[in-house]
Amino acid sequence: MSFHNAASTRRSTSAERAAASPWMRAVSALTYPLSPGDFIDSLLPHTPRAARGRVEHIERNGLDAATITLRCPRGWHGHQAGQFINVGVDIDGVRHTRCYSISSAPERDDGCFTITVKAIDNGRVSNHLVDNLMQGDVVLLGEPTGEFVLPTELPQKLLLIAAGSGITPVISMLESLQAKDRIGDIVVIHSAPSPEAMIFGSELEQMAQRHAGLTLHRFYTQHTGESRHAGEHRGRFAPAKLSRLCPDWQDRQVWACGPDALLQSLEQQFDTAGIADHLHVERFRPALRAAVPGEVKEAQVQFSRSAVSATGNGAQSLLELAEASGLSPEHGCRMGICHGCTTTLKAGCVRDMRNGEVFNEEGDLVQICVCAPVGDVDLEL
Amino acid sequence: MTHPTYLTDAQAEAFGKELDAIRDEVKASLGAKDAAYIHRMIRIQRGLEVAGRASLFAGVLPPFWLAGTAMLSVAKILENMEVGHNIMHGQWDWMKDPKIHSTSWEWDTACPADQWKHSHNYMHHTYTNVVGMDRDVGYGILRMSAHQDWRVWNLGQPVYNALLAGLFQYGVALHDVEFDRVLEGKKSWRDAWTRLKAVGRKTSRQALKDYVLFPLLAGPFFLYVFSGNVVANFVRNLWAYMIIFCGHFPDGAHTFKAEEIENEIRGRWYLRQLLGSCNIEGGKIFHIMSGNLSHQIEHHIFPDLPSNRYAEVAPRVREICERYGLPYNSGSLARQFGTTTWRVLRLSLPGGSSLEPQAVLA
Repeated sequence: MSFHNAASTRRSTSAERAAASPWMRAVSALTYPLSPGDFIDSLLPHTPRAARGRVEHIERNGLDAATITLRCPRGWHGHQAGQFINVGVDIDGVRHTRCYSISSAPERDDGCFTITVKAIDNGRVSNHLVDNLMQGDVVLLGEPTGEFVLPTELPQKLLLIAAGSGITPVISMLESLQAKDRIGDIVVIHSAPSPEAMIFGSELEQMAQRHAGLTLHRFYTQHTGESRHAGEHRGRFAPAKLSRLCPDWQDRQVWACGPDALLQSLEQQFDTAGIADHLHVERFRPALRAAVPGEVKEAQVQFSRSAVSATGNGAQSLLELAEASGLSPEHGCRMGICHGCTTTLKAGCVRDMRNGEVFNEEGDLVQICVCAPVGDVDLEL
Repeated sequence: MTHPTYLTDAQAEAFGKELDAIRDEVKASLGAKDAAYIHRMIRIQRGLEVAGRASLFAGVLPPFWLAGTAMLSVAKILENMEVGHNIMHGQWDWMKDPKIHSTSWEWDTACPADQWKHSHNYMHHTYTNVVGMDRDVGYGILRMSAHQDWRVWNLGQPVYNALLAGLFQYGVALHDVEFDRVLEGKKSWRDAWTRLKAVGRKTSRQALKDYVLFPLLAGPFFLYVFSGNVVANFVRNLWAYMIIFCGHFPDGAHTFKAEEIENEIRGRWYLRQLLGSCNIEGGKIFHIMSGNLSHQIEHHIFPDLPSNRYAEVAPRVREICERYGLPYNSGSLARQFGTTTWRVLRLSLPGGSSLEPQAVLA
């Protein structure tokens, strides 16, 4: 999964402007230097607009997850089952953007789609979406993206493996196949801590009952009760169990989404079997914030636009470091007041030396004259 | 390093630390209420602009012309000051909203945002009131400090001043072109020309909007809309001029010489911001209409703290100043603007060093 950042939001707004109709361009001569959309956003915030979706409905799934029904933004071109979308919300006044797989099928025709969000520990955005979002709220939306999709020429035999909220792109695929009446020979393996915590557990069960070709295996990693049905297992799913659960796994095309550990072990097993090309994975990362290291002795700073790197010590500003490396970034006051040196953080973690404020989200705009690297950093410079 | 105060370096440092602590505290407490404030300001500003322009279409009826022109004037003032100026300072960057951000905002005045951010955020806010470095000291055309040499053309200063007030947005726009430095050979013509072209492009699009397109849309009422827009822009210019000149030139405001800021420590930078800035007293609406530049001292000490917080930190800053025995220049609009205008008139003649405040307890 690739991740979204503030800079690409800016790019999309200029793309928005470029794609505007001649009529809108004419009107923008009257709203200069703003766009007509800026007036609409401020004065009529509920008007259907590009890149904005109204929350139509919120439904809880499992213990700590919710399926959020969103009105498709204007100019929506639809999505492919398995793709994800960037969702932006303001929390305590601050814009946060995360990507979520679309959990509804592209065939849904009421002008809405859904994302399904699991509240994770310390997950500021996921917790906000699950606990605080209300019907009628408007969220910011990117374009559906991602390569984790089924080919048009559907393989004879499919194996879909999901864990936790990794089921969300998979349920979209299954719903889509069901809508097109193309559910053939499919094995689905899904893991969750318990039956109650399993997202889309009952939907999958109903689907399996309806379609003879669909075989469902559910793993409950923390569940101690009795298994009620065939295909329910206690413990953790591991690729080694495939030969028992799904003896013809080597003949199948596989789509898998879940935590990195699971995907790595799958990749290893498919590599060993010499069928790495059968496996399609979607890496599932709960947040795009870099970890904040403790004490910093040495930090590698990559100035990626200039293809220059340097080693910082945590006390020297990024601007000084860039200059010591022969670069001459735009800047002004060198004391944090003029914002003339603001640069996009591509990865890693930096600290404002004045007050210790940490910036570690991809796309954060940082003042390089007062920020020092904390650990390895990639800057758009 | 001579500063017109008795503070030792250690005391200046301690003074700065106390101000840093206020900044950190406010930064840490920013949240949804602050975000709602700027969103509300933007909404009010855009609402007034739409309502004002709509009302001007009925401008053939005098009450509509008056109301439309008044609303448009207020909208332009808000857009210029509480919204545009403050967003471009980075006061709202913490929201990480790509549309309300210092790197992306463009405002409805003749000066392109990037040029303004250079001449204002960098030059003016870093070198505040340093003669020869801060171009706001006279905008290259006025003698605003006795530290500036008198030239015979300074005699015309009252006239230039009146023109600057009426055409203020164009004065600001030509700020970063720095004609005087081009003439002195300190800046290339090519550089000046690039900037001038950007100003030209922006000014023509604004003029097209205010003086051609909207009047044409009004058809037979062309003149009513045209005149309403002329007046609104004029009112905005006068108001912005008045507030901004009251920020640094009333009686008691210090100006500095370049040698005074060599090796300036952060505490003394704070000190210079305090000594060179002046507040204007007034009610809540007055503060909003001034873009909270009525809290000029707080704005200069904390240029990128959200403006809605200046009022609450002002008494704390004032208390710190009292403790360090430092002046805190605050007065009514009449006092601040009156003494500023007197300075413009007096300095059109040679001398005037009595206008420069003496060192504080030197």
